[in-house]
Amino acid sequence: MKLFWVLVRGDSSAEKVVPPTGLTALLTTASAAAMAFLAVFVLALALTAGRQASDWEDALADTATVRISAPDETIVAQVEAVEAILAQTPGVGATRQLSAQEQLDILAPWFGPDVPLDALRLPILIEVKIDGGGPDVIGLEQRFAAEAPGAVYDDHGRWRVPMVRAAQGLRRLAMTGLLLIAGVTGVTIALAASASLAANGQVIDVLRLVGAEDAYITRAFVRRFTLRALIGGAVGTVFGLVAVALVPNVSASNIGADVGFNGAEWLWPILAPLAAGGLAFAATRLAAARRLKEVS
Amino acid sequence: MTDEAAIELTSVAMSYGGRALFRDVSVSLAPGSFHFLTGPSGAGKTTLIKLCYSELTPTEGRVAIFGEDTGAMARDDVAKMRRRVGVVHQDCRFIDHLNVSENVLLPVTVSGATAADIEANMSDLLGWVGLTNMADQTPPELSGGERQRAALARAVILSPDLILADEPTGNVDWEMSLNILNLLIELNKLGKTILCATHDMSLIRQAKTRVSARVLRLHNGSVELAGAEL
Repeated sequence: MKLFWVLVRGDSSAEKVVPPTGLTALLTTASAAAMAFLAVFVLALALTAGRQASDWEDALADTATVRISAPDETIVAQVEAVEAILAQTPGVGATRQLSAQEQLDILAPWFGPDVPLDALRLPILIEVKIDGGGPDVIGLEQRFAAEAPGAVYDDHGRWRVPMVRAAQGLRRLAMTGLLLIAGVTGVTIALAASASLAANGQVIDVLRLVGAEDAYITRAFVRRFTLRALIGGAVGTVFGLVAVALVPNVSASNIGADVGFNGAEWLWPILAPLAAGGLAFAATRLAAARRLKEVS
Repeated sequence: MTDEAAIELTSVAMSYGGRALFRDVSVSLAPGSFHFLTGPSGAGKTTLIKLCYSELTPTEGRVAIFGEDTGAMARDDVAKMRRRVGVVHQDCRFIDHLNVSENVLLPVTVSGATAADIEANMSDLLGWVGLTNMADQTPPELSGGERQRAALARAVILSPDLILADEPTGNVDWEMSLNILNLLIELNKLGKTILCATHDMSLIRQAKTRVSARVLRLHNGSVELAGAEL
């Protein structure tokens, strides 16, 4: 606790005895800034991936589609049969037949503007809302086979599961990236602190010989490196937030969520400079403790 | 001041890389005494001084300062013990980017004393060692004698009961040697225990005219008291 207050308030006498070392100061601040910048990006990616996985999970888990392909002379009868079966099936909620225009809108991005989509022979699509645990799919498919052989029930699982897995995998990858960034930041700052401690070996020796306790010597280095990492982390975070805000939106095209932060998620990046400061605090203390072990 | 021996070495042995420097050294320095430690180069004068403030740990035996076994002290207790022992190192050991007054004040600043304490301690000290005009100089800007006097000022700023001086006149001329000797004698007259390592016998002879001093001679790995009071 005492060390925390000294960190906040400062100890001018302890800091004055350690000369500023330009290279390690720059290394600490710059690496903290770079890592915070990367951390903000990776955090945005992780949160976006998590949000996307959740959206896909929620949006597709409670819907299914019945696709009906049949010759012209039986198509109407098969559609009516399917609607009747669905109406009688427990676990099936509202149903709605997609209009020809809706189907064309779905296909337009894939075929381009020059293909005469209205000339294509498209199957009839019925959107099905799932109630509770959903219908008995095997029983439903058996009834379709008997009464509407051109109907196929699709619960979206075939592509929903891999997409959700992919989004979750991306989130795990991003979280691993965050851990790696934290590790690299810690190691970089520890190396900078060790270099500074080694460069100030004579100062440390003299301080011990005139009666300085280890805590006094440690404070002189810890506060300096923690503040440098905090400042570097804050600068990197600001730049990272600006960069994330400038990433072009893609959600309007219906192919994914915007990379960035939503609502309270904007508070998460605040953790980046705090984490950089915390890592610097711990890394410098460890480096100082290791160096002081060599001094009588 | 305590009645315990200022320094007590009991059966102390010290080896470097298997080579024995001392064997079975036992010495006791009474509080308020003045001792010179002498012997040929390489006999171990500096090593013995370092044992007294725990910069080195003996291979065997016990070192006690005012009755406290330094080998049993925790690191923070060693730091506190060093504030009670003023040391003038052979190579002075300054922090080169701090000026003279900041270096002299180091024992005060690391002990957490207040600004008022610092002012009180500093008021006459630099004048006493004749460095009033050098307060803002950095150690590399000082001559050998000035560095030794600054080191002496730093050693006494916390008014320690024991002062260890390792060749304090090693790199200065005779006039400056006498100057430094006078300062040590003044401190001894104030009741401070002095242990001064030197190979300068004429300095010791000069001292005997002013103060009751004894000579500890390091020879062939043991310490012997060189005769009666000088």
